[in-house]
Amino acid sequence: MAYKKRHDGRKPTETRTITAKAGIIPKADGSGYFKIGNTEAFAAVYGPHELHPRNKQNPKQGLLRCTYNMMPFSGQGNRVRPGPSRRSKEISMVMEKALTPVADLSECPNAVVDVFVELPQTDAGSRCAAISAASIAMADAGIRMRDMVAAVAVGMVDGLAVVDLDYEEEAWKEGDVADIPVAMIPSTDEITLLQMDGRLSKEELAKALEQSLPTFQQIAEAQRNAIKQRYADAAKSIKE
Amino acid sequence: MTEAKEKSTLHVKDHDVVVPGEVLAEGMEYLPSQGTYRKEDKIYANQTGLLILEGKVLKTIPLASVYLPKKYDVIIGKVIDILMTGWRLDTNSPYSAVLPLKDATFDYIKKGTDLTAYFNLDEYVVCKIFQVTSQNLVDVSMKGPGLRKLQGGRIIKVNAAKVPRLIGKRGSMVMMIKSATDIQLIVGQNGLVWLNGEPEKEMLAIEAIRKIEREAHVPGLTERMKKWLEQKTGKKIEIQEMPEEESYDHRPSRYNGPRRDGPRHGGQHEPRRDGRPRRNSPFRGSRR
Repeated sequence: MAYKKRHDGRKPTETRTITAKAGIIPKADGSGYFKIGNTEAFAAVYGPHELHPRNKQNPKQGLLRCTYNMMPFSGQGNRVRPGPSRRSKEISMVMEKALTPVADLSECPNAVVDVFVELPQTDAGSRCAAISAASIAMADAGIRMRDMVAAVAVGMVDGLAVVDLDYEEEAWKEGDVADIPVAMIPSTDEITLLQMDGRLSKEELAKALEQSLPTFQQIAEAQRNAIKQRYADAAKSIKE
Repeated sequence: MTEAKEKSTLHVKDHDVVVPGEVLAEGMEYLPSQGTYRKEDKIYANQTGLLILEGKVLKTIPLASVYLPKKYDVIIGKVIDILMTGWRLDTNSPYSAVLPLKDATFDYIKKGTDLTAYFNLDEYVVCKIFQVTSQNLVDVSMKGPGLRKLQGGRIIKVNAAKVPRLIGKRGSMVMMIKSATDIQLIVGQNGLVWLNGEPEKEMLAIEAIRKIEREAHVPGLTERMKKWLEQKTGKKIEIQEMPEEESYDHRPSRYNGPRRDGPRHGGQHEPRRDGRPRRNSPFRGSRR
């Protein structure tokens, strides 16, 4: 049986409900929150600050260092073992690679910008939510960056090209599933992250990416509004 | 080209909050400045900030940032290490500063003197940055008016992007807080603020500073703060400028010859716009 209608009634190009906020962690230099469906990410940015160990310092430009972490209770009911794992290290690394192309850290050589992302609950698409939250946090911290990176998973569930797969779709047993987390620079449509799980033809990949383009603009809009909302709220509280 | 000119459109207003990647203007008529960049015919923001529109020039004032050392800034530093011939200071930035012995005091200091007698670990000093290298190695000096060790009082941190608001036009905001609360107050460009006075008044000043930090991007800040302080203290406050000698503008006032901190354009001269070789003749125009 082919997958014609999504199990939760969404249209193929419809994402789950998105909530984005900025400035939610007062102590951090910048912070962001990104929730898509039941996947929820908190990001805090510290820095630029001094980088240790010193052998990691780069005299040409600052370094971006990401830490991705799923909280123990965030999974599908089974406890996620706390601490770094192969998976979380990999995601931390791909986050760095997805975010570095937009960040301009040439003004702070030898320094580091630390990005910490914590996920209290996940329902697939966690690395994309983490990247989206981290972008908000970096912009909120005043880091120079040419754009905010928007990320969402696209894919193919049993022959149907969809965006923003949830766990049920990702683990669909009745047919082939391809899950492709993608991060994009919305102003130029450049892709900074593309990973894939599953089996997919070249044409199907092109189709899945093509139809998700408006989704990235939609996420970018949510990210921008998150930061503007923060300052609008402060202005509003004065008038009252 | 003329067609492109006609199509220039502006997507934002003056004093809007803009975020990285936001399209500010389309068309070649507008010009990008600080915090913005041009890509093809569009101008984008590359930093979260308040948009300032000056004629056709678009720039942004950052709303949040970490302090990066700049020449002539007067900062508050904390002694974190004692070196062979000076002190290392934490500057509330990614880079520490060195205060060399010869720039710290006019005293004659004998070899082997215990430097902690002058500045000990964890003490705060007001100092001026007199050199920053491309790799952000910082040298500071304590020779100058108002540069001294801080004794007593308390230190608070504010976001470095908010420091210009906290100082105000020609120091008017600092003067206002000082006259309203009768405390000593020094604002370092690096976001460290030193306060010294009666505890209640210090707390009031801190409250005022936090309010400024929160509301810095909303127009009418000075008037609002004036009202707020008048209400809190019951005093009539006048907005006044800072006297010259404690001014926060520490750039040398006279023209001191060409810049010595490196070539402006990476080379001796900029190439001519039309790409032709530069004439070495001392006559600039055509011979009459």
